[in-house]
Amino acid sequence: MKEVWVFIEQEELKIHPVSFELLGIAQKLAKDLSGKVSAVLVGHNVKPLVEEIFAYGAEKIYVVDHKVLSYYRHIPYVYALTYLAKKYKPEIFLIGATTLGRDLAGGVATLLETGLTADVTELSIDPETKNLLMTRPAYGGNIMATIVCPNHRPQMATVRPRVFPIPEREEGKIGEVIEEKMELTEEMAGVERIGFLPKEKTVNLEYADIIVAGGKGIGGKEGFEILKELAHLLNGEVGASRFAVESGWISYEHQVGQTGKTVRPKVYFAFGISGAIQHRAGMQNSDFIIAVNIDPEAPIFKIADLGIIGDWKEVATALIRALKNRRGS
Amino acid sequence: MLNILVSIKQVPDTTNIRINPETGTLIREGVPSIINPYDVVALSLACYLKNQFGGSITVITMGPPQARLALKEAMEFGADRIILLTDRKFAGADTLATSYTLAETIKYLERENPFHLYLFGKQAIDGDTAQVGPGVAARLKVPVITYVTKIENIDLKEKIIILHRKTEKGVEIIKAKLPVLITCEKDLAKSPFVPLSEILKAVKSEPEIFAADGPVKFEREKLGLKGSPTQVKKVFTPELKKDTLIYDLSTTSIDEVVMKIIHILEEKKII
Ligand SMILES: Cc1cc2nc3c(=O)[nH]c(=O)nc-3n(C[C@H](O)[C@H](O)[C@H](O)COP(=O)(O)OP(=O)(O)OC[C@H]3O[C@@H](n4cnc5c(N)ncnc54)[C@H](O)[C@@H]3O)c2cc1C
Ligand SMILES: Nc1ncnc2c1ncn2[C@@H]1O[C@H](COP(=O)(O)O)[C@@H](O)[C@H]1O
Repeated sequence: MKEVWVFIEQEELKIHPVSFELLGIAQKLAKDLSGKVSAVLVGHNVKPLVEEIFAYGAEKIYVVDHKVLSYYRHIPYVYALTYLAKKYKPEIFLIGATTLGRDLAGGVATLLETGLTADVTELSIDPETKNLLMTRPAYGGNIMATIVCPNHRPQMATVRPRVFPIPEREEGKIGEVIEEKMELTEEMAGVERIGFLPKEKTVNLEYADIIVAGGKGIGGKEGFEILKELAHLLNGEVGASRFAVESGWISYEHQVGQTGKTVRPKVYFAFGISGAIQHRAGMQNSDFIIAVNIDPEAPIFKIADLGIIGDWKEVATALIRALKNRRGS
Repeated sequence: MLNILVSIKQVPDTTNIRINPETGTLIREGVPSIINPYDVVALSLACYLKNQFGGSITVITMGPPQARLALKEAMEFGADRIILLTDRKFAGADTLATSYTLAETIKYLERENPFHLYLFGKQAIDGDTAQVGPGVAARLKVPVITYVTKIENIDLKEKIIILHRKTEKGVEIIKAKLPVLITCEKDLAKSPFVPLSEILKAVKSEPEIFAADGPVKFEREKLGLKGSPTQVKKVFTPELKKDTLIYDLSTTSIDEVVMKIIHILEEKKII
């Protein structure tokens, strides 16, 4: 039976949510192929994670547990995945397009001598050929390209976090676990982590439920203070266009779009953002988009659910007032 | 003495790209070609390291004949040898074929004098794949360290390098044994000051040309389009579609608009 593989990205036994997103889309692809979804779990003492992985839709889990894999290093991880793929021959192999995943995938695809499509935002099965159709932005997001890998297996892609929803969790589901023993040594790793400087404050844009974003129309740093207040009242995060980031109004952490984060909140506010294609690329999958812009022709209105033609500040301050009143009463 | 290889790509300046709205294709006329910005960082780093440790810099690129201009520019960073891989048979290469071509060339170049460092950009801005660096490293069987933001130390005697790499959660400090392949983040090195004499020298320089049939011995079926498992099936501009509810503040009161938003937030159980 054809297998759709998902690499489970975990660090310190915490699974990156993109892995669940991939288990979700993998179920759909597997259905179209009459195949099954398998997860690949690599690390050290990772067994406790299998239940969670089954709950998100894996039918089978390949586990490689080894001390050398206790934290991510390119060579041993590439080795483990290549070994598994050569032995079990998946049809499709999906990896999250995170820093870790992109580092990993290039090595694996090269050793498997197969194609790899980077940073994919759409996946489907061609009904005629049963090949995987992998669509991704190209040339800075100006165009989209659909890529196929017809004659080599597995068909590999790294997939952008947040373009697919996390599937419902089904407790108690369970499947087959295949444990693979491997000879790995510290020497083969080639590199050693001798220190780690954690990020001071991380903005959790990608997984925020509410994002209040501002662009050039906000006019400056002071404008972002207002947006921060609004975001705070809504328990949300602040997002920004590249223009706002490059103007130094807010840090890069907050950038949404092709060269920033892809987000998928329940509500995305776009204040004074024109909606350039590179910005839309990062937020068009939001559940509900509210755009405020003085220009009725701004492209953001074409993808907004609610469009307000007017001054951003008037809307933002009135909304803040209303929310405060509501709390007060 | 450090023996450094830098791999660069000439790319269209994507900040200037326009799309023909009728055909959905790229308008290439008038779009300048530049050295991929992350590869400029790699060249800058090579320049600093050469000044610090002595040694030599070899720069390679695979591309159309006009990519020689990128290599001439690389001379300004103190390159000692510049090589252009150009041939119809290289054309249409995806990242698998590209990494094959580059890796075989590197193996050929280091037959007598192996490189200590292979410097690549984090990614090329035309495709943003970030796959070629790790692909070449896999073929050369050397460790790859991606997203490098800082070189802390190189100990040439012990053949040890200590560097910083950016991950999603912070900065990892890595110790590795040379040789390694590094992919460069943008803050890794600033462009060096180039004296006029070097610029003039660069203008006069010409790259060595490598073709499909030599001097490197390639397996033909691994080159270019033939050696590329991935194919572009379709290119299109994404279309916009949505039923948007529009309020115009010149005709609708702000209170009504705010009520609507509050209503939506309530419906979605946000407030
Ligand atoms: C390779 C590449 C990658 C890129 N990546 C990204 C990316 O990741 N993210 C990103 O955002 N951009 C990205 N860009 C840039 C993108 O093309 C746009 O330039 C940018 O998004 C524009 O930002 P903006 O909407 O804030 O500014 P503008 O396009 O200038 O829009 C400002 C808007 O504010 C409105 N406005 C002005 N005053 C008011 C007011 N008082 N009230 C309400 N509205 C007002 C105006 O009508 C206008 O629509 C990228 C570009 C390239 C070439
Ligand atoms: N055609 C090429 N010639 C030389 N180096 C390349 C080429 N393509 C990619 N590279 C190198 O690989 C890096 C990553 O490119 P990419 O995988 O295309 O994003 C670039 O920054 C370059 O250092």
